[in-house]
Parts: sequence; C-alpha cells; structure tokens
Amino acid sequence: MSAWRWGKRIGRWGSFLGFTAPALLLILFFIILPALQTIALSFTDREGAFVGLRNFAQVLSDPDTFNLTGFPPGPPPWGSIVHNAVWILLHLPLTVGLGLILAVLLDRARGATFLKSIIFLGMVTPMIVGGVIIRFLFDENAGVVTAILRAVGLTELGRSWTAYPETALPALILGSVWLWVGFSMILYSAGLATIPRDYYEAAAVDGAGPLQQFWYITIPSLRPVTMVIVAMTVLWELKIFDIVYTATLGGPGGATMVLALQMYFYAFRALEFHRAATVATLLTLFTLIVGLWFVRTTRSSE
Amino acid sequence: MMRRWGQELAVNALAWGVGLIWIIPFIGILMSALRPQSELIHGWWQFSSFTISLDNFLKAWNHPTAPIGQGIRNSLVVVIPATVLPIFIGAMAAYALLRFPFPLRDPLFLTIVLLMAIPQQMVAVPLFRFLRDLGLINSYLGLILVHTAWALPWVILFLRNYFSTLPPEIEEAASLDGAGRFQIFTRIVLPLSLPGLASAAALQLTWAWNDFFMALILIYDPDMLVATQRIPLLRGQYHIDWGVLTAASILTMSVPILVFALLQRYYIRGLIGWTLK
Repeated sequence: MSAWRWGKRIGRWGSFLGFTAPALLLILFFIILPALQTIALSFTDREGAFVGLRNFAQVLSDPDTFNLTGFPPGPPPWGSIVHNAVWILLHLPLTVGLGLILAVLLDRARGATFLKSIIFLGMVTPMIVGGVIIRFLFDENAGVVTAILRAVGLTELGRSWTAYPETALPALILGSVWLWVGFSMILYSAGLATIPRDYYEAAAVDGAGPLQQFWYITIPSLRPVTMVIVAMTVLWELKIFDIVYTATLGGPGGATMVLALQMYFYAFRALEFHRAATVATLLTLFTLIVGLWFVRTTRSSE
Repeated sequence: MMRRWGQELAVNALAWGVGLIWIIPFIGILMSALRPQSELIHGWWQFSSFTISLDNFLKAWNHPTAPIGQGIRNSLVVVIPATVLPIFIGAMAAYALLRFPFPLRDPLFLTIVLLMAIPQQMVAVPLFRFLRDLGLINSYLGLILVHTAWALPWVILFLRNYFSTLPPEIEEAASLDGAGRFQIFTRIVLPLSLPGLASAAALQLTWAWNDFFMALILIYDPDMLVATQRIPLLRGQYHIDWGVLTAASILTMSVPILVFALLQRYYIRGLIGWTLK
C-alpha cells in the first residue's frame, strides 16, 4: 500500500479519534478503569495478595447475603441476594402485566392523557422521594393504605408496614411497582400505536372476538417492546438502592437489605473495601447477563 | 348502540378507578404538606377543618440542619453543566460512531451500550479514591464529570439512533462545498437534530437531578449537599415530621416534574427512542 493511501487512512481515523476522544477518555477513567479495579479488589485481601474466589465464598456464605434458614414461611431477612430475587419475581410480572392492562385500558378512555401523566409521575419522581412516599402510604398514622386495610377489618395489616420484617419487603416491592409501572405503560402505549388498525379489521371480518384479537394480534406485535421493558425493569430491580435507603435503610434487622445497599454499607460504613467490591462484582455479573441477553436478542431480531 | 355506551362507560369507570390508585397518594402528600399537623392527627383524608398554610414549605426550605432551599440551588449548579456537557460530548462521539470509518467501530459501540448495565456501586470505591487523589471530593466539578461519564453510554446510543434518521445527502453536499467535518457537525447535524437533543436533555436533566448515590459518596460537606441528599436527613429515626418531610419531597420533585410538564413530548420520545428504532 502506498504512503499516500496510508496517509489518507490515518487522516480519516484521526477525525474519528478527535470526535470520540473526550467521550472515550471520560468513559475509560470514570467507568471502565474503576470497574476493573473493583474486580481486582474482589480477588485480593487487605495486603493485596491474590486470594482466588475466597472473598466470593465468604460473601455468599454470609447470612447478610444468603440465609434461607427462615425462608417461607418464616419472615425476612433471607439475605440480600434472595431479597433482590424476590423483588424480581414479584415486581417484574406485576409491572409488565399492569403496564399492559393500563396501556390498553387508557387507549380508549377519556382523560387518558391526564391519567397517563399522573401514573408516569412515579417515574419522574426522584427515587429518594419515592422511598418517602412508600413509607408515607404504609405508615400506621399517616398512611392511606393502612387506614383502608383497618377499615375493611384487616387490623393486623393496619400498622406501619416498614417497621416489621414480615411486611417491610412487601411494602417496598408494592411501592416500587406503583412507582415504576408508568415506564411499562408508556412503552406499551407507544407500541400499541404502531399496530396497524387493518390487522384488527381483517381479524374482525374473519370473526375473531376482542379476546382473540388481543391474544393473536396485540400480544405478538408487542413482543419487541416487552423485551425492552423486561430488560430495563430487571436492571432497575437489581440496582434498587434509593427507595430502600429512605424507606428502611435495609431494616428492620436486615429484612429489606439488597445487594446495592449492602455494598454501600460494607464500603462506606464498615470500610471493608474487598468485601464491598465482591458484592459489587456479583451484582455486576447479574446485570451484565441481562445486558448481554438484551443486546443479543435485539441484534438478532434486526 | 346501548351496548356500546355501556361498554364505553365501563371502560372509563375502570380507567378512572384504577387511576385513583395514582392520584390519591399524590393528593395525600400535597395535603400533608399544605395543612398544619394538628389537622392531620386522624389522617389527611379528614376534612372536618381545612386550613391551607405554607408553613411546612418554609420550614423545609430553611430547615436548620438540612435546608432544602440550599440543596435545590446546589442541585441546579450541578445539573445544568451535567446536562450540557454529556450531550455535546456524546453527540460528537455518536456522530463519529455512525458516520466515520474506523476499524472495530461497531464492537466499540456495542461495548459502550453494554456499560449501561453496570451499577454505580461497581465503581464506587476506586472512583472515590481516584477523585480524592485529584482533589475532586466535595467538589461539584468532580460530581459533574462523573455524571457526564455515566450519561454518555445512553446519550451515545440515543443520539446515534437519532442521527441515523437524518439524510446523509445534506452532509455530502456540504462536504462537496468544502466544509470540514466539525463544521458539518456543528452547522448542519446539530441544528437538524434539535428535537433529539431536547429529548436527551430532558431525560439527562431528570436523571442527574434524581441521582442520589454518586452525590452520597462524593459530596459530604453539609453546605454542599444536593437536594436528594437532604431528604434522608429530614427523616428522623423514630419520630417523623411528615409535614416537613412531604413539603421537602414536593420541593425536590418539583424540578423534574416541571421538566416533564414542559418537555413532555420530547421526554417520552426520548424514553421510547432509546428502545425502538
């Protein structure tokens, strides 16, 4: 290859590097390098010696992380990993299902724009305030939820939910559905608007009822949107932090401890950096699995 | 005909009935913040006496240990540069990743997108040490740079998708007229992309404002705390002054809600455009 062609190529690469350098440097120094250092911390001890998977074995056998001795029927604490898993198991189907129902319902109701905006406010609200709202709703004196439960005779559930290990985690999970469902509703609304009306008309001509139309047209057409909602929601559930910080600080007695908050306590309260790094690395492993799944499925469907 | 009316009525009743689940809590917070505590002993839903006062808002704004007013000013100082910077830097990178030839360009783009999955806790300890060594702890510059870096993966993904909808012929014509790449970017691509930039700005402003974790680990001077950091400080361990706490919450959420109300169209397009092409 002649020197002239090399020169031209370097000139072209040069403008690529010039345009991307600020972004790549910031990403390198504030995301990638510190993340790699955290991985290094998770494989070493205080003296900096390599310890293999010992930190991971310690964290995973710690009742803070994993403690199934009291798992149902016993109340939490079950350990942060189990709390995150329970969070996903309850929050994900509720968010996806309610979001779809709300989107379909509000597709034809009057005042839908107003109702959608109100439901979406939960997404706009800082999650640190979201935690306050949850605590407020489930408070024994100030809360409307507990007041309604008492009014219908469920006096046992009429006390402050966030103060007792049996009810603290359910309160946070239900509250987080309330806060986050606007996200799936808005995406489903946008997805519904992209389905051509002809499909439904053609199906109606062929004698399909509303339920059949919903099952055979609406649901399959919303598949790509559903994938996005599932991926983003699971990432959100894994990273949950602010809500727990204001509502319960992981309490009572660790009953609402989650991985992200556990990492913060290890690192910035107990100053156990290697243990904190191990929790962070575990959490990142889970989020990267979701991220890789999402990138792969969206690319293969293109 | 009657049956259709009946159906429509049922759908509307159901929609508003379900909507109440979102409306009532927000009204509750508003009532708790706007009415004196003495009226709320039996719940904010009791209206036997009804007085509106701004006392709780004034108390939260000038709170002796965690004044929300100061927190809102601090948040604004952080959030405005933390919105402008990532959008400009990210737009440049997104444009290059879309239009300029470079080996490994697409794997590079996918790697950047994948970084969106990483939780902030993954960088907390090394980032704290790195910024401490640079003297950027308790510094808004440090927090702004962190917000910028963490916004970039999403901004790049979103704006690259947005730029891909622009017709390349305009840029080619400008290039034939002798315009340089940076000129084409600033004079043609950016002005044509204003709606996309507005979407990115609306969302990034909200996220930076709502951030708590990064501020929590990087800012600890009491006078420098941003608004979200002050909310947990107002929540006492055993006794909660709901009036002040809800008023502070309303003040803190008012800025993202204002952004959402003013830029609703762009906000929602940003959220959808991030996901669908």
